[in-house]
Amino acid sequence: MEEASKRALVIGGGIAGIQASLDLADMGIHVDLIEKKPCIGGKMAQLDKTFPTNDCSICILAPKLSECYRNLNITLYSYSEVQKVEGIVGNFSVEILKHARYVKEDLCINCGLCVEKCPMRVEDEFDRQLRKRRAIYMYYLQGVPAIMTIDKKNCLWFTKEACRICEKNCEKEAIDFNQKDELIKINNIGSIIVATGYNLIEDIDNDILKNYGYQKYRNVVTALEFERMLSASGPQEGHIKRISDGEEPKKIAYLQCIGSRTDRGAKYCSSICCMYTTKEAMIAHEHDNELESYIFYIDMRAGGKGFQSFLRRGEAEYDIKYIKSKIAEISIDKNESPIIVYEDLDTSEIKKLKVDIVVLATCIIPPEGIVKLAEVIGFELDDYNFIKTPPFSPVKTSRDGIFTCGCVHEPMDIPRSVAEGSSAAARAAEIIRGG
Amino acid sequence: MSEQEKKEDVRIGIFVCHCGSNIGGLIDCKALAEYAKTLPNVAHAEDNLFTCSETGLASIKKAVEEHDLNRVVVASCTPRTHEPLFRECISEVGLNRYLFNFVNIRDQCTWVHMKYPKEAYEKAKDLIRMGAYRAVILEPLDTIIVNVNPGALVIGGGVAGMHAALNLSRQGFKTYLIEKEDKLGGRLNSLYKLFPHDIDASEFVENIKNNVQNAQNLEVYTSSKLKNIKGFIGNYEVEVEQDGKKINLSVGAIIVAVGASLLKPNNLFGYDGKNRITQHELEPKIKNNEINANNIVMIQCVGSRNDERQYCSSVCCMTALKNALIIKEKKSDINITILFRDLYTPGIDYEEYYKKARKKGVLFIRYGLDKEPTVEGNQIKVYNEYIGEEIIIPYDLLVLSTPLIANDDNKELAQILKVPLEVNNFFLEAHVKLRPNDFATDGIYIGGSAKWPVDITESITQGYAAASRASTILSHETIEIEGATAYLPEWNKNLCKGCEVCINICPYNAIKKNEEDEIEIIEALCKGCGVCGAACTKKAIIIKHFTNEQILAEIYAFGGK
Ligand SMILES: Cc1cc2nc3c(=O)[nH]c(=O)nc-3n(C[C@H](O)[C@H](O)[C@H](O)COP(=O)(O)OP(=O)(O)OC[C@H]3O[C@@H](n4cnc5c(N)ncnc54)[C@H](O)[C@@H]3O)c2cc1C
Ligand SMILES: Cc1cc2nc3c(=O)[nH]c(=O)nc-3n(C[C@H](O)[C@H](O)[C@H](O)COP(=O)(O)OP(=O)(O)OC[C@H]3O[C@@H](n4cnc5c(N)ncnc54)[C@H](O)[C@@H]3O)c2cc1C
Ligand code: SF4
Ligand code: SF4
Repeated sequence: MEEASKRALVIGGGIAGIQASLDLADMGIHVDLIEKKPCIGGKMAQLDKTFPTNDCSICILAPKLSECYRNLNITLYSYSEVQKVEGIVGNFSVEILKHARYVKEDLCINCGLCVEKCPMRVEDEFDRQLRKRRAIYMYYLQGVPAIMTIDKKNCLWFTKEACRICEKNCEKEAIDFNQKDELIKINNIGSIIVATGYNLIEDIDNDILKNYGYQKYRNVVTALEFERMLSASGPQEGHIKRISDGEEPKKIAYLQCIGSRTDRGAKYCSSICCMYTTKEAMIAHEHDNELESYIFYIDMRAGGKGFQSFLRRGEAEYDIKYIKSKIAEISIDKNESPIIVYEDLDTSEIKKLKVDIVVLATCIIPPEGIVKLAEVIGFELDDYNFIKTPPFSPVKTSRDGIFTCGCVHEPMDIPRSVAEGSSAAARAAEIIRGG
Repeated sequence: MSEQEKKEDVRIGIFVCHCGSNIGGLIDCKALAEYAKTLPNVAHAEDNLFTCSETGLASIKKAVEEHDLNRVVVASCTPRTHEPLFRECISEVGLNRYLFNFVNIRDQCTWVHMKYPKEAYEKAKDLIRMGAYRAVILEPLDTIIVNVNPGALVIGGGVAGMHAALNLSRQGFKTYLIEKEDKLGGRLNSLYKLFPHDIDASEFVENIKNNVQNAQNLEVYTSSKLKNIKGFIGNYEVEVEQDGKKINLSVGAIIVAVGASLLKPNNLFGYDGKNRITQHELEPKIKNNEINANNIVMIQCVGSRNDERQYCSSVCCMTALKNALIIKEKKSDINITILFRDLYTPGIDYEEYYKKARKKGVLFIRYGLDKEPTVEGNQIKVYNEYIGEEIIIPYDLLVLSTPLIANDDNKELAQILKVPLEVNNFFLEAHVKLRPNDFATDGIYIGGSAKWPVDITESITQGYAAASRASTILSHETIEIEGATAYLPEWNKNLCKGCEVCINICPYNAIKKNEEDEIEIIEALCKGCGVCGAACTKKAIIIKHFTNEQILAEIYAFGGK
C-alpha cells in the first residue's frame, strides 16, 4: 500500500452516528467516532421503549454500542470534541480535544467501588435531574465505554482540595487526579459526518413551558423526564409515581406541540411527539391497566410504517382518548393535581379536566454547540440553526465532503435516523473511494 | 439420560440477565442463578443487571477464564437481537461461537406471562435447565467462507433506485439497474413541480438520468424484468428478460426499489376522471394550463386511513398543498378548499409550506372518519365540526388525494427473491427501527416507496442507505456465513433412499441431486431452517446445532426436573 488509506470522521455517537460508523467500518473504512459525552448512545439510551413496535430501547441499542466499541475499524473518542478542521474534501486534518476523565481508561473495570464511597451528590443529567448521582459516575448503567468519569465541577478534590476517597477505594488504582486534557491530531480524513443530534426546548428556555405550569407544579413533567420515570433503570425504577407525593397516577394527560408549531416558539413541527405520546401512554397503561390517558393534539401526524395502526391500537386496546384541542390554562388543586382548561375543537366547547400527571411533548431544537461546530467545520445552518441541506440532497451539507444525518438537520424518528446514518456512510464512502 | 448427567470435561457457565426490570422486575434472577448452580456440569452461575452491557460481557469473559468454562448459557431477552453479540464475546476468549446457548426468559417468560410471575419463574427454571442440558452436547462448528462477487443489481429505476445505483457505481462496484418501463424516472416522469421547493420535476429527473447515463460501472436495462434468481449472498445468478431476450448477470448483492402504484378511486366521491379527478391527474392539467375552474375542492385521505387501508400515505397532504399553491399563484382568485382529517406536514419545510398555503387563502376544513363528506351534483356537503353543522360547498373541480399502494406484482417479485411482504403488500424490512433497509435475508436490501409511501427526499435517503448496506458486503473478497446448516454426513448416505422429499420442501432451493444421483446440500444456500431434517423419512439429514440429540436432551430435561 503506497498511501495510508483514507479514514472517515463521525461526530456524535447517537443512533445516527453509530449507524454511520458501523456501516463504514463494515465496508472496511477506518472510522474515528467523536462523542462529547462520557458515553455513546445519545437520546435513544434515555428512552424506555420505542414506537412503533415498543421494543425496549436500550435492549436493542446495547448490541450496537458494543459493536462500536469492539469493531477494529472504529476508534472511539468519548468525552471529546472537535476543535479544528483543516484541509479539503478528500483530505481533512482534525484536532480533537479529549477531556480528562481523571480515571485511567485501561484500568477501570467499572466495579463501582468508587461510586459507593463518593460523598458528593449531584443532579443526574442523564436522568433529567430526577435523581442524584455522585461526582464520580458512570454516565449511564449500560454506557459504552464502561468507564467511570470524575465530574471536575463537583468533585471535592477539584473544588476544595479534599476527599480523594475514590482513589483510596479503587482496587485497580485507576483514579488519576493528574490526568490532563489531551489534544489529538488525526490526519488523512477523507470525509466527515456530523450527527450531533438534538436538544429539547427545556434545555435552554423554560419560558414557554412555564405557561403550562412546568417547574411551577411538580406533577407537570416533560416527555423525556417521563421516559426516565417509565424506565426500569430510571429514578423511579420503573414504577410511575407522582413527584409531589409518590402516589400512583390514575389519569395522565399528554399535551402535544409544546413550543412547536407556534409563533411564540418554533414554527416547525417536531415530527415525533405525535407518536411517542401514544407510546408513553401505552407503556404507562401496561404498568396499570386502569390508567386513563388523554392526548391533547392539533393534528395527529402518523405517516411512518405501522404508525396509523399503532394509534388505532392505542385507542382500542389502551383506552387512550385523543382530544383535538387548544390548551387555555393549567392550574392545580390542593393535592397538586393539574387541572387543564381547554377548548375542544371538535365541539368548540371550553372544558376542564383534572389529571394526576401532565406530560409535555416539548419541542426539539438544534443541539447545543452547533453554531460553534458550524464555524469550525464551515457548513451553513438554516434559520433555526439546524444544519442546512440542499433540496433533495438529504444528507449533504453546504461544504463538500461534509455530510450529516439524524436530528441535527431536522427532527426525525429512529428509523429515519438509522436510514440517514447508512445514507451518510454511503456518501462518505463515495468520496473516500474516489468516486 | 443418566450416563449424560455428569460429563467430566464439560464446564458450563450460566448468566441470568435481569434485562433491567424486563425480567428482574417480575421474577427473582438471583434465585434463578442459584438454581442454575445446582444443575449437572454447571461450574459457574451468576445474575447480571444487563448481561449484554460491556460490564456484563466483561464478566462472562472473566468467568470463562477463572472457571475454565467451555460452554456458556445466557438466559435473557431474545437471540434475535443478541445472539451474535454473545457468540462474539465467547469467541474473543477462545471458545467456539457455537458453544453458546441462548435461553429466552424475557420474551417467553416475563413478557408473555406478565400477569403470572410465579408461573413465569417456574417456566424460566425449566427453560434454563433445558438449556443447560442441551449445552452439554453442543459441538463446535466452523463458519462457512464464501467468495463475494463485487457487483450489484438494482431493481427499479425511480429516484430511489437511481441514487442507489449511482452511489454503488461511484464506490467502484459494477452495477446493473433494471427498469420495467421503457425509461428511467418512475413516478417523477408524470409530475409537474415538486414540493417543498417547487423544483421542476422534469428538469430534476433529467438531471439524475444524465448522471446515470454518464456513470462508469453502471449498466441500465430498460423494458426489463427480473425472471429468476439463483444463488446466495455474494453470489447471485440473475436472469433478466429484456424485450423477450434473456440476459444473465452475476452479482453479490441486490437492491429492491420498485416504488409504489396509485389507487384508482373508482366508486369514491363520484370519481369520473373529468371534473372529479385525482391529484395525479391534476398535475398535468396544471402544467398544460388546463384549469378553468373557479371553485376547487380537494378531499384528503380518499381510500386511506380507513378500516380497509389503515395507513397514511404521507405524501398526499403535501401534494394537495403544492397543487393548491401553484394554482393560487397562477390565478389567486380561484377558491380552493381542502377537506382534511389531520394535515400531515411534519418537520421544518413542510410545516412552513402549510403556513404558506393558509396565508395564500387556501381554506381548510376538518372532517372526521365517521362523518365523511358527500358529493351531490356540483356540491359537497361536509359536517363542519367546529361550527357544529353541515355546510355546503359548490365545486367545479373536485380533486381526490388518493394514497400510494403496493404494486400488484410485488408478490411475484417477493417470491423470486424469497423476501416477505407486510399486510398491505409493501416489502417488509428486517427490523422497523434498526434495520430499516435490510431484508432478514442477508444480501438483499430495500429502499424508497416500495417499502412504504415516502417523499422524494426520503426515497433518496433510503436509496443511498440500501447502497451502504450492500456495500458492507460487496467491499469484501470473502464473507463468513452461518455454520448451523443441514448436513448429510458420509455415514448417513446409505440411509438415504433418494425420495427427494427434502429437495421439494426446501424453501431456499439448497438441496439438489449431483451427478452420482446423490443428495447434495449447498451449505451456502442453506439457512438452517430445519424443514428437511424434519421431513427426511430416513432421518439421514442432520441439522447442525439442532441435532436430534440436542433437541431430545432438552425434552428429557423438561420432563426430568
Ligand atoms: C421524549 C422522546 C421520546 C422519543 N421516543 C421515540 C420512539 O419511541 N421511537 C423513535 O423512533 N424515536 C423516538 N424519539 C426520537 C429519537 O430520540 C431520535 O430519533 C434519535 O435519538 C435521533 O438520534 P440522533 O443520533 O440524531 O441524535 P442524538 O440521540 O441526540 O445523538 C447525538 C449524539 O451526539 C452527541 N453530540 C452532540 N454534540 C456534539 C459535539 N459537538 N461533538 C460530539 N458529540 C456531540 C450527543 O452527546 C449525542 O450522543 C423520541 C424523542 C423524545 C424526545
Ligand atoms: C401525485 C403525486 C405527487 C407527488 N409529488 C411529490 C412532490 O412534489 N415531492 C416529493 O417529494 N414527492 C412527491 N411524490 C412522491 C414521489 O413520487 C415518491 O416519493 C417517489 O416517486 C418514490 O420514488 P421510488 O423510486 O421509490 O418509486 P417510483 O418513482 O415509483 O419508481 C419505481 C420504479 O420502479 C419500476 N418498477 C416497478 N416494478 C418493477 C419491476 N418488477 N422490475 C423493474 N422495475 C420495476 C417502476 O417502473 C418505476 O420506474 C408525489 C407522489 C404522487 C403520487
Ligand atoms: S409531531 Fe405532532 S406533537 Fe410534535 S410538533 Fe408535530 S404535530 Fe406537534
Ligand atoms: S398524507 Fe394526508 S391525505 Fe395522505 S393519507 Fe396522510 S393524512 Fe391522509
